[in-house]
Amino acid sequence: MHARNEASTEAAPSWPEDIFEILQRFDVRQVPYVPDAGHSQLIQRVLAERSMRAVPLTTEEEGVALLAGAWAGGQRGALLMQSSGVGNCVNMFSLTQIFRFPFLTLVTMRGEWGEFNPWQVPMGSTTAGVFELSGIKVLRASHAGEVREVVEAAAGQAYNACTPTAVLLSQRLIGAKVFVK
Amino acid sequence: MSKANLLERRSVVSALLEARKDAVVVGGLGASTYDIAAAGDHDRNFYLWGAMGGAVMIGLGVALAQPELPVVVITGDGEMLMGMGSLATVGLQQPKNLTIIVLDNEVYGETGGQASHTGTNTDLVGVAKACGISDARSVATMAEIQAFAASMQDVEAGPRFASIKIDSANLERVLASRDGTFIVNRIRGSLGFGPI
Repeated sequence: MHARNEASTEAAPSWPEDIFEILQRFDVRQVPYVPDAGHSQLIQRVLAERSMRAVPLTTEEEGVALLAGAWAGGQRGALLMQSSGVGNCVNMFSLTQIFRFPFLTLVTMRGEWGEFNPWQVPMGSTTAGVFELSGIKVLRASHAGEVREVVEAAAGQAYNACTPTAVLLSQRLIGAKVFVK
Repeated sequence: MSKANLLERRSVVSALLEARKDAVVVGGLGASTYDIAAAGDHDRNFYLWGAMGGAVMIGLGVALAQPELPVVVITGDGEMLMGMGSLATVGLQQPKNLTIIVLDNEVYGETGGQASHTGTNTDLVGVAKACGISDARSVATMAEIQAFAASMQDVEAGPRFASIKIDSANLERVLASRDGTFIVNRIRGSLGFGPI
């Protein structure tokens, strides 16, 4: 169970729906992303929602810059990425302090909880540290039942208090990727 | 390498912005931001002093949020090279109100004039076209620049991309504000958005 590539044989989890509902309620309009299997359900919802603009990126740092521009133009956004992408963003994270704009990112974790691929471990192990060193608050959700309140708290402090915030969605929540059966 | 009859960057940017009207103008870090400041401070000038590689994406974020407004990104070849993937992202989104202008002097002027890739084999117009920005061109004369400046006001025909080869003279810096919250909140205020 928890295998991402077996998702089609299981009922879709409800926590991506919880996240989508929160993004809608906070009037999030631009949703840049680099795809991740753990975000696939949420990405589908965003792509189908007319009030939101899904923006596929070539690298995650583009999304940080996009959200700064969106804020200048009067819109809120949220960046979806995988933990390996956090390292790609480091210099661009400066914008969260320079512009003090409401930055929210939702990060699906790799490199932890039963990881098969050692290449994911170094960045997965430093993801929270990279955010903290960059002045971005880190919240984590490890169980489906807590996703709603964690993401709601993150969105609240990001959008109401302009406190840049990352939510780490644990690999334990998403399920370790299965490479061989 | 460098071509003859190169244009002077401050004259180019002044001509581009002379009739900017309501446009939001993003300046890439370094000389492009100084050029925009030299053309005249403006509530909708988005001066960048860092975030190298991010100018086009910042412009895209504004353009998607304000589709009725012309949004113009003016940046250098080095800054554009660092964010080349963003041309693919723009090519996918097709923002009709976004214009991207590269002031290409073929060197990293801010750091001592080291050669950039555009002086030999990299063709940024070709890159932009290949990324799906079909209106991508080289602009070589002041007459062409004036015609191009007028086209920037058309928010139904973008995205458009122009590469302008300029001479590599290092001009005196014209310092814009470097306070990010001031810069971004001034733009927001001019668009009718208040502080949190």
